[in-house]
Parts: sequence; structure tokens; C-alpha cells
Amino acid sequence: MLETILKAEQLHKKYGGLEVLKGISFEVKRGETKVIIGPSGTGKSTLLRCINQLTPPDKGRVWLDGVEITDPKVDINKIRSSIGMVFQDFNLFAHLTALNNVRIGLAKVKGIEKQKATELARKELQRVGLGDKASSYPAELSGGQQQRVSIARALAMNPKLLLFDEPTSALDPELIGEVLEVMINLAREGMTMLVVSHEMGFARSVANEIIFMEHGVIVEEGPPQQLFTRPAHKRTGEFLHKITELYGESGR
Amino acid sequence: MNFFELAWSILPALLRATVVTLEITGISISIGFILGILLALGRVYGNRPIYMLTSAYVELIRGTPLLTQLFLLYFGLPSVGIMLSPLLAAIIGMGLNSGAYQAEYFRGAIQAVKSGQMIAARSIGMSKFKAVRHIIIPQMLRLVIPSWSNELIYLVKYSSLAYLIQAPELMAQAKVIAAKNFRTFEVFLVVAFIYLVIVLILSKILNILERRLRIPGLQTQAV
Repeated sequence: MLETILKAEQLHKKYGGLEVLKGISFEVKRGETKVIIGPSGTGKSTLLRCINQLTPPDKGRVWLDGVEITDPKVDINKIRSSIGMVFQDFNLFAHLTALNNVRIGLAKVKGIEKQKATELARKELQRVGLGDKASSYPAELSGGQQQRVSIARALAMNPKLLLFDEPTSALDPELIGEVLEVMINLAREGMTMLVVSHEMGFARSVANEIIFMEHGVIVEEGPPQQLFTRPAHKRTGEFLHKITELYGESGR
Repeated sequence: MNFFELAWSILPALLRATVVTLEITGISISIGFILGILLALGRVYGNRPIYMLTSAYVELIRGTPLLTQLFLLYFGLPSVGIMLSPLLAAIIGMGLNSGAYQAEYFRGAIQAVKSGQMIAARSIGMSKFKAVRHIIIPQMLRLVIPSWSNELIYLVKYSSLAYLIQAPELMAQAKVIAAKNFRTFEVFLVVAFIYLVIVLILSKILNILERRLRIPGLQTQAV
């Protein structure tokens, strides 16, 4: 739990005149789950995208496993294949079955031969409890199932780090539980995860640390217990209070 | 000779010319297909120069009549030393023309693919090229079938313009026959019927293709 796997240093990002990230620095250690919380429009999603360079930051640097990935000389496609990403609205490939959604990265990015890739993809689907949905298309699956397939798709690449961008925000309340359950299991298995979420129950019970972000800066960072019971900043307390009232903290 | 006897007697000659019509259509739609995909990709994903170049091509072709383009190729090019046979001029002209129209259909379909698809593809480490090839194009091709069907059907009928540059296709053959037997009305009725049958068969094939390739959630809207 000591080795740093991800390090971000002074990330800045501007959209037009709007400064979304104003110098964000933090670290994630191997096997750790960090949850980023904060009001909407605070730059949380942008921060995740700056990490795997889907949105390159204007300034600042990111290291993954000791390699500086903001270095223009690195093969960013290769780096991205080792950072899984799970999106709010799933973004499963609409023309592919669940199995092929999980397999395509193995086959076309990693170049694994067909039979082996199929076998690995099946294993990942089983891991998220969807072994029987292999031949279903995304539109035939519930939101919760789609999100689990998308987690399997990310896992199949055997990532060093998983990024979750509000993975339960687009789900009907009764479907949130099945996705959180998968995420909780992953955390227990020692997957390194950086999660943007409003699921306070998840944050409280699973996160090693919570990062509270507002207006493009990290206001406060610390273990859940500390942030929930004696936050150093007034704003942190206010936000946690409001969000807990709004969403509950049972994790639903 | 009543109409049916006449129709029967001229049918073999007309059907031989129909083969030429189908050749012109088939080859030019294929040229247009490849060209159209490249142009559409250029317009959607290209950098500024590529975007400008591909857009200029599409606007130029769509902004001028097909017949003018055919005349430029067949009657115009010899003045710079390039002689094309009527058939070749027709195929090249219609291929280049169809490419511009198909590009617009393809572009619309690419833009109908949800933006999250590209982002997700890049997130698992696909290069832009791989994402386009494995994720965007397969979806685009399914979405484009209805509008693309129109293009194919137009092209079957527009291939009759090739008659005006002496290509030996259906209309040209009909004109020759009518000039001999003076039964112009009946001859062109038969010709109209042949075009109709071709179009109906192609529509049916494309319908079947669309159904076969249909994927839940990736529906094409009827035009």
C-alpha cells in the first residue's frame, strides 16, 4: 500500500476563458481507492480526463508507475490501455455484443489471438456477474448491466489503475447497488481506483481517502473518517452534510 | 406487331445494353463508395487543410451538373491530350460525382454515431485510426443504409446521362431501335419498365441487407 502508482502535479486546464483546474496535485498508491467529491462543475470529470490524457492538461505533469505520461514522447495509446475508464453513460460500443465489447480491446489493442481473447473476455464478464449476457447487445441490457460490462471492458485490459467518472449517476436507483457491489469487490481485491462519485456510502466504507474539490482546487483530502467527523475546512463539512442529506449515505 | 410482340423482339438488344447500364452503375457506385468514405473522414476528422480540400471537392461536384462534368471529361479532356472512351468517361465521371454525394451521407452517419463511442475507444488505448476502423465505421455503415439506398437508385437512373456522351447503355440502345422502327413511345415504355425493375430489385436487396445487419439500439431511421 505504499508504492505510488499515480502522481499528478500542478494540473491546470482552461476551456476558453474558464479555468476548470487551477493546479491540482495528488497521489494514488497501489491498491488504494480514492474518491473525489465536490459540487458539479468543479472539474472532477476534467481531472479524470487529464489523467489519461483524453483531455490533455494545459500545464502540469502526470506520472503512472514512475513513467511521466504527460511527456509528449510517450506512446499515449499504450499508456491509456493500462488505465481503465468507466463513464457515467457507459459508452459501450453499440454495434458489439457484451462479449465483443470486452474482447475488442484485447484483440485490436493488445493483439491477443481470437480464441484466447474470447476466453479472457468471458472470464471478465463472469467476474462482473454477466456470464450469461455474453451475446446481448448494449441496448438489450439494463443500465446497471451495461455499466458492469463497461467495467469488465476496462478490467480486461489488466489496468494498473481504474478511473470511474460518476459511474452510478445515470442509473435508476434500484440499479445502483449492483454496480457498487462490483466496485466494492474490486476495491477489496486490491484494484487501484480513482472514483468521482456522490455515493457517500461507498466513499465512507470503501475509500482509503476522499478528495474534496471545489472551483478547480482540492479543498481538503483525507481518510473518510476525518472528513466526515472533523473536516479541516468549513466548506467540506457543509458539502458533506448537504450531499448526505440529499443522497443518504447507506450506499443504497 | 402489337406492343407485346414488339417488346419481346427488342428485349434482347435492350437487355444487352442494360448490362452496360449496370456496369456503369456498379463500378461508379463502388468508386464513389471508397471515395465517399475517404472524403467523409477527411471532413470529420481531417486537419484544416484536409478539411478544406475535401470540402472544396464536395462543394465543387455538388455545385455543378453531372452532365457538365461528363462533358468536361469526354469532350473537354481531349483538348489537353486525354482521350477517354465513352464508357470510361461515364464510369469515372459518375464515380467522382457519386463520391461527393456519398461523402455527405457518410458524414451525416459518422456524426450520428454518439461522441462517447470515440472517447471510449480511445480510453482502452485505440489509436484514432483503430477507433475509426473498428468502432466508428461499422456503426456508420449501418446508420447510412437508408440514405445510401437513395444514392444507388439515383445513380441507376442518372446513368442514362451517359447516353449523351455516346456510352452504349440502355438509353442509347433504345434511341437506336426507335430510330429504326419509329415506335418511340413503345420502345421507351419498355426502357422505363426495365429501369423500374432494376430499382425495385435493388430496393429489395438493400431492405434485406438493412434487416440482416440490424443491431438493437443502432436503428436507422427511414428516409
